[in-house]
Amino acid sequence: MAMAAADIERLIKERFPDAEIQIEDLAGDGNHYSASVVSKDFRGKSRVQQHQMVYEALQGNMGGVLHALALKTTAP
Amino acid sequence: MIEQDVQDWIGKQIVANDVVLFMKGTSEMPQCGFSMQVAQILGHLGVDYEDINVLDDMSVREGLKAFSNWPTVPQLYVKGEFVGGCDIVREMFQAGELQEMLKAKGIANNAQTETA
Repeated sequence: MAMAAADIERLIKERFPDAEIQIEDLAGDGNHYSASVVSKDFRGKSRVQQHQMVYEALQGNMGGVLHALALKTTAP
Repeated sequence: MIEQDVQDWIGKQIVANDVVLFMKGTSEMPQCGFSMQVAQILGHLGVDYEDINVLDDMSVREGLKAFSNWPTVPQLYVKGEFVGGCDIVREMFQAGELQEMLKAKGIANNAQTETA
């Protein structure tokens, strides 16, 4: 099972329209990514809350079809 | 275990133990790179923790996701509070925040002697 980087970016962008998103396919297998997401929506949120927001945006794909997504979230 | 029992069981583990790491594999033999990273950080800091292997029980593995509202393993709890998964724990460790948080919560670790 795998997920395309473009799909990950699209789902995140739908939830965080202002976000600057950088996605890297770490292993070239469509299954191990790192994503950096910068959005003002993260302001005032804990790291756990920020990551939960991104996981929600991914609509249940995280931990399922998407095995590994190293996440870095930042507020601008 | 049925779902409600799993939720109760997880709740008890994080109360009964100051530091709990839900992981794939054990602290001695992690079976996933992300679980291994967190186990290594805790080991490096000399933190005494309870490791719970979610691969031993599918109901715990699934129930934990709902319990924490977090889709992946590993998951670190300190004093009953969810700290985060691999990325967050590593980020906090590198920034020195994990060490500060452990100290603030009175968890024995060897970070002080290392930075001194």
